[in-house]
Amino acid sequence: MAATVAQTAGSEKNMLLRAELRRSERWGKLRAFALVLPLLLFLVITFVFPIGRMLFNAVHDDTLLTLMPRTTAALAAWDGNDLPGEQVFAALAKDLRDTWEQKTMGSVAVRMNYELPGTGSQFTSSARKASTLLTGPYKAALIQIDPLWERKEVWNFFKRGASPFTAYYLLRSVDYQYGADSQIVATPPETAIFRDAFLRTFGISVGVTAATFLLGFPVAYLLATLSPKSSNLLMILIVLPFWTSMLVRTVAWVVLLQQNGVVNQALVGLHIISHPADLIFTRFATIVAMTQIQLPVTLLPIYSVMKTIPPSHIRAARSLGAGSFYAFWRVYFPQTLPGIAAGCLLTFILCLGYYLTPALVGGPSDQMVGYFIANYTNKQINWGLASALSALLLVATLLLYYVFNKLVDVNRLKIG
Amino acid sequence: MHHLADRRLVSSAYLGGSAQSDLTRRNKCSAGQAPALGITGMPGANDAFVKFSDVQKTYDGKTLVVKKLNLDIARGEFLTLLGPSGSGKTTTLMMLAGFEVPTQGRIFIDGRAIDNLPPHKRDIGMVFQNYALFPHMTVEENLAFPLKVRKRGKMEIKDRITRALDMVRLGDYGKRLPGQLSGGQQQRVALARALCFDPNLVLMDEPLGALDKQLRDQMQLEIRRIHKALGVTIVYVTHDQSEALTMSDRIAVFNDGLIHQLASPAGLYEQPQNAFVAQFVGDNNLLRGKVIDMDGASCTVEVSGMGNVHALVINAEAVGRPVLISLRPERVKLNPAPGSLPNTLNARVEELIYLGDHVRVRVSVGGHDLVIKLPNSDGVQVHEGAQLTIGWKTQDCRALDAG
Ligand SMILES: Nc1ncnc2c1ncn2[C@@H]1O[C@H](COP(=O)(O)OP(=O)(O)O)[C@@H](O)[C@H]1O
Ligand SMILES: [Mg+2]
Repeated sequence: MAATVAQTAGSEKNMLLRAELRRSERWGKLRAFALVLPLLLFLVITFVFPIGRMLFNAVHDDTLLTLMPRTTAALAAWDGNDLPGEQVFAALAKDLRDTWEQKTMGSVAVRMNYELPGTGSQFTSSARKASTLLTGPYKAALIQIDPLWERKEVWNFFKRGASPFTAYYLLRSVDYQYGADSQIVATPPETAIFRDAFLRTFGISVGVTAATFLLGFPVAYLLATLSPKSSNLLMILIVLPFWTSMLVRTVAWVVLLQQNGVVNQALVGLHIISHPADLIFTRFATIVAMTQIQLPVTLLPIYSVMKTIPPSHIRAARSLGAGSFYAFWRVYFPQTLPGIAAGCLLTFILCLGYYLTPALVGGPSDQMVGYFIANYTNKQINWGLASALSALLLVATLLLYYVFNKLVDVNRLKIG
Repeated sequence: MHHLADRRLVSSAYLGGSAQSDLTRRNKCSAGQAPALGITGMPGANDAFVKFSDVQKTYDGKTLVVKKLNLDIARGEFLTLLGPSGSGKTTTLMMLAGFEVPTQGRIFIDGRAIDNLPPHKRDIGMVFQNYALFPHMTVEENLAFPLKVRKRGKMEIKDRITRALDMVRLGDYGKRLPGQLSGGQQQRVALARALCFDPNLVLMDEPLGALDKQLRDQMQLEIRRIHKALGVTIVYVTHDQSEALTMSDRIAVFNDGLIHQLASPAGLYEQPQNAFVAQFVGDNNLLRGKVIDMDGASCTVEVSGMGNVHALVINAEAVGRPVLISLRPERVKLNPAPGSLPNTLNARVEELIYLGDHVRVRVSVGGHDLVIKLPNSDGVQVHEGAQLTIGWKTQDCRALDAG
């Protein structure tokens, strides 16, 4: 009896204690949350939201659904084999009149031109002529206005428009598109440019990463082993370009590499070559300029890891019988791997997004994905395609990062 | 050669006996008997295993970090370089290991000049203060490193790793990374790595500096045990005089690039040859005075306020010159029988410091403070403020250079 009472009292006390603990922890959590809240908001507004919006744009397009509501709805029952019936043409005539009155036929025309190049203007003229078409039968009349309305791919295009989501932009980014019967077909070779652009982007990024690593590693080693006085000077020389804008540095490369630029003048002056060489607007120029810009980005993480490796490690290895190269390769180099991984990954990912430098010093066949994204965003105002290309680039980057993390045994690297 | 070396590691026990202790004994007495300044007490040049001959080193071309170093180290000896920080100990070790080049002079190992021998061909095991274990390799891989470099067979490597780990009592830790071990364990791995390929010479640069006191004491004994068991020659660097006294066969006291005394631990403690050694090794009472009379081995020194003190002549040049008298605290007797000791003075007890096994008594004698160590054996019957007499023998009191 007494024991039970004591036990209940005990468990009550425990419960009180737990409640107390929860209360105190709640305070701690609230405080922590309050501390990160400003940054969280900032990130959400400037990063998460735009990227989410971009990913959304890559698959979302309700132009047809909102501007041609009757046609897209009426097409739901269409089997896709023969031309649609009179009822669909009636809906089309009504929609055409509306777009003409509300001056929205331009938007539809632009959207049509994406998938069916050249049909935009036919649509606009149809809309103009259909504005006076007040009574049926519409089918014959509309086909009379423009043979466009006899084409099955046009009707399939509008049928797909019933959904606010479209895979068109993503398909297009990897050089596929919809055929006449809404089947997925390869983009014709003359407009299939994106797969090449992605491959080129990866190729240039790998090349630049490799170049910065090969050039940067020995310098990082020198920096890490030099006396502080001389290494400070060298360090300033290395980070100096960081203080100059990327645009200025790229333009400097234009000055150096152009037809009668500094390099060509020197080479011709020294009679090494007789005519100026094509240096600017080449893949070579792109890689050289990007390597120069990215060098510190690869180098600095390697350097900072090297700084933490005590010189006694090499000495220990040497005293244990290893020659200087063996000691370097088996003892020093493996310890620099985290730095190499960090530096190279950083450079590689930054390279994937390059746009300005290849645009200025590269030729037309050296443009990277970033160029096309900028082009579709700013010039062609095709945000759907720009978003799809960006989304693809983002996914590829994340995938690479994931694979990289799997390949490099992170746990093993971190200890020490 | 390897055959013999192998045996060393296999049967640690059976070598512990005769050969090794003979060597030690010989070193100890030769060091003890040689009273002249500095580099004496060395074994004959013929059986010197390591020999520094007139070695100098400067880094900047201005100051000599090591000045004219002559030092012979016998095979199987445990020699310690003891000295304050910046005295050139590490530099000396690095020259021996091949990481620094002497500006002048030569170094011989086993009778062979090693000027042009790169570090990895010297067959020297090294233990560094920060252990220098390779963090990306497991304990086993660390130990296998010197063996793989030497192209030993798989079975042999495995065998040696097991034995080396057993030797440092880390049998179960082979698969761990160094980062997963405590400081003391890392130190023992470093020790095992420096020994597992049976080098003839092992260098240790303040290997216990980063450990706490208890672990340090334990490791001192462990290193000592391994040294006895393997009979390997060890050159050990430390700035801790008690560590040097505990471990060494002989100690070279370094200061300012010079060896101030080379002697066995007992010789160093009992018979410091100059003021620096007297101050650096063990506790000492140091009294400044002037020689007023010299009579062969003993002299009389006038210490202002204290009167005349009879001392042993060690480093006193002539009558009239200033000297420093050194007197070990444990050699001062309290209330000696009148007339029994040549030096007897009246003193007043200023302070008692209880230290468990002994009591330190600070007394003042004619304006000088002296420290006396009393063993805490049958109770200490002094109290602060008491007046008493103190006294000591002439041979416990050494007249050295004025420092
Ligand atoms: N690599 C070096 N370059 C220049 N000076 C050095 C170098 N190594 C040591 N020194 C100088 O040499 C002196 C002795 O150093 P060291 O041999 O490390 O002494 P210890 O090991 O006894 O503390 C010190 O004054 C130190 O500043
Ligand atoms: Mg040192």
